[in-house]
Amino acid sequence: MITELGHFALVLAFMAAIVQMVVPMVGAQKRWSSWMSVAEPAATLQLLMTGFAFAALMHAFVTSDFSLRVVTMNSHSAKPMLYKISGLWGNHEGSMLLWVLIVSLFGAMAAWFGGNLPPTLRARVLSVQAAIGVAFYGFILFTSNPFLRLAVPPFDGEDLNPLLQDPGLAFHPPFLYLGYVGLSMSFSFAVAALIEGRVDAAWARWVRPWTLAAWIFLTIGIALGSWWAYYELGWGGFWFWDPVENASFMPWLLAAALLHSAIVVEKREALKSWTILLAILAFGFSLIGTFIVRSGLLTSVHAFATDPERGVFILIILAVFTGGALVLFAARASVMEARGVFSMVSRESALVVNNILLAVSSFVVFFGTLWPIVAEMAFDRKLSVGPPFFNSAFTPFMVVLGLVLPIGAMLPWKRARLGRVIWSLRYAFALAVALALLVWAMQTGRSALGPVGVFLGTWVVSGSALDLWTRTGRSGGRLKRLVRLPRADWGKSAAHAGLGITIFAIAGLTAWEQEDIRVVQLDEPFTVGAYELTLTGVEQLRGPNYFTTMGTVVLARDGKVLTQLHPEKRVYPVAQMPTTEAAIDNGVTRDVYVVIGDQQDNGGWTVRTYIKPFANWVWGGALLMALGGLLSLSDRRFRVAAGARKSVQQTVPAE
Amino acid sequence: MRRVADLFRGALLVLVLMLSGPVGAVQPDEILADPAMEARAREISKDLRCLVCRNENIDESNAELARDLRILVRERLVAGDSNTETVAFIVDRYGEYVLLRPTTIGANWLLWAAGPLMLVMALVMAWFYLRGRSSAARPQESALTKDEQERLRHILEE
Repeated sequence: MITELGHFALVLAFMAAIVQMVVPMVGAQKRWSSWMSVAEPAATLQLLMTGFAFAALMHAFVTSDFSLRVVTMNSHSAKPMLYKISGLWGNHEGSMLLWVLIVSLFGAMAAWFGGNLPPTLRARVLSVQAAIGVAFYGFILFTSNPFLRLAVPPFDGEDLNPLLQDPGLAFHPPFLYLGYVGLSMSFSFAVAALIEGRVDAAWARWVRPWTLAAWIFLTIGIALGSWWAYYELGWGGFWFWDPVENASFMPWLLAAALLHSAIVVEKREALKSWTILLAILAFGFSLIGTFIVRSGLLTSVHAFATDPERGVFILIILAVFTGGALVLFAARASVMEARGVFSMVSRESALVVNNILLAVSSFVVFFGTLWPIVAEMAFDRKLSVGPPFFNSAFTPFMVVLGLVLPIGAMLPWKRARLGRVIWSLRYAFALAVALALLVWAMQTGRSALGPVGVFLGTWVVSGSALDLWTRTGRSGGRLKRLVRLPRADWGKSAAHAGLGITIFAIAGLTAWEQEDIRVVQLDEPFTVGAYELTLTGVEQLRGPNYFTTMGTVVLARDGKVLTQLHPEKRVYPVAQMPTTEAAIDNGVTRDVYVVIGDQQDNGGWTVRTYIKPFANWVWGGALLMALGGLLSLSDRRFRVAAGARKSVQQTVPAE
Repeated sequence: MRRVADLFRGALLVLVLMLSGPVGAVQPDEILADPAMEARAREISKDLRCLVCRNENIDESNAELARDLRILVRERLVAGDSNTETVAFIVDRYGEYVLLRPTTIGANWLLWAAGPLMLVMALVMAWFYLRGRSSAARPQESALTKDEQERLRHILEE
């Protein structure tokens, strides 16, 4: 019964979305305020109905209602509760429902908090947002309905893919979707502004918080996924340049570019059409990501719903929205002339350089991801584009970005003197060079990767700190002023420092990792790097829905026992799938990562040990980036701006 | 194994999943006695694709075929082949698909040149844009819309 109500609610949400798409748009065109005002209740209704459908499906998963096809195929009565809940989005149909829930959530938020937008802009934004919803409601209802019943319900389910039975599933997809789908808000604003034919500082001020929020979610989502892969995979890789990862990384890069270009629109009324284009492309890449994930067009290590029919449907959505928006852009971009005047050396130019690096690197990823298809279709060559390509083609852009970031961040608006800014960064530069040289001297005969990473990391982090410090002025009381700096300033420095930390950590982890693979006899200690490990026992145990072979490894350093680690090898009988559960001793400067393999003929066990320096700093840096975004989002400016807009609406924005 | 297809359908945005066993990658018995040669073998393995896997190199994969390829790579190295010769030997047998680092032969130059080319184009465009911005005469700060300009024209004409 609840299931049928859920299904019905989803259809109602579809109807509400259609109304919300058509009526306010017509109203905005004709200036009929009563038609425009339909948008808000429609958006609220849409959210409520989708929320109800979501709750109904959740109920089916939690109560293990195996008369539902999607539950049977992805759940099992013995599965722990956490995975029954998160199993909802651990499959194609359920994850699409989560997707539309988030679309309608963002739409409703814009409806509730958009009270001080110009009424026509608001109506158009909500209408475009609803159009995206309509497309995906249609997709769900016509090709991927989660509410389909089975004529003969089985006795028990087929269980969720064991690799997905991890707390990572509870958090990684929702955050990622909040990010992906959050970009739909920037898209709606861009398209609405194109229809409106007006892009001004107020518009940018409105778009930026939405983009920032989406970017924060995307950052956290990607970091969580990377961390999950790190501990679940069994050898501690954290980034694989897999098509599906690239699908989340491209929108992230473009959203980062969009954040920065929107600043220029907001403060200087320039780069308007470019910003609009970025907003369209960022969401376009999100859709491409969805397409790649669901169509099975590209070979990916991610296992997905691969169905040509669904692929075609998403391709049509992609073509209509991205194509339509780009056509609109081509027709209307000329009305948005820039106003701000600035010299070649200025903050504006620095932000242009930032945008070039982020956008071009994003296109490099795009090109590499799609090249196998192009090569096969156009040149009849079946080839692969793998991590070695991306590492060499993408990394240089990030190196250059790291080099120019501290300088660009400190350049004043309008007109700047490059020498002066570089001079003020001399201490940061000296520190970075000194540390890099120190590291270079300490490591023997290894690649330049480590020192370069140390240099870039230190340069960016200390540059960001210096940036913040110089804002406190010249005379006394600087510490007090430091605390009272706007949160946006703190956010900027934190996010930049986070990037520096991540750059450093990736370089350090890649350059200084140690690996040891051997057959280990019980109670015979062995050394890896500075650590001494002993396999003291191996037990066969039983979990709620799996069997496990669990080893006990004692980790010691200089004769002192640090901890006991329990690497596992699991077998999930229902899914007939084995998994590895690595045991990790997390540390500030290194992780010790132990994996147990098969028993050998001589009674010993295969054990893999990795020392992973600065592993946690990779995600620590990403979280700091997200925190920076959050600080910036909480800045007074955004909260006040909304209310202040009405009064300044007619004035020329300050230059 | 009947359910494998369903399992595929069941999985979602998880980072890097493999269907094969938990026994990770390179096995102790594969490792060469000479550490320098073993290091070369690892280096080569990281650039070769495991053909039956979804998107993994042979160094990380647990598949049987990946193991065979790893052993083959080591055999060639022991036989005295250089790194390039070893890779060429594998490509001869399995085709270009096995290379995770695409070659620059034929149309592939476009792939490698795409990044630098786009960067140059973007820089040139940015240069003109920025030059325009810095030399632009102070724009007439008429924040008037078309309608308003029209009205103004009418008023002036009258």
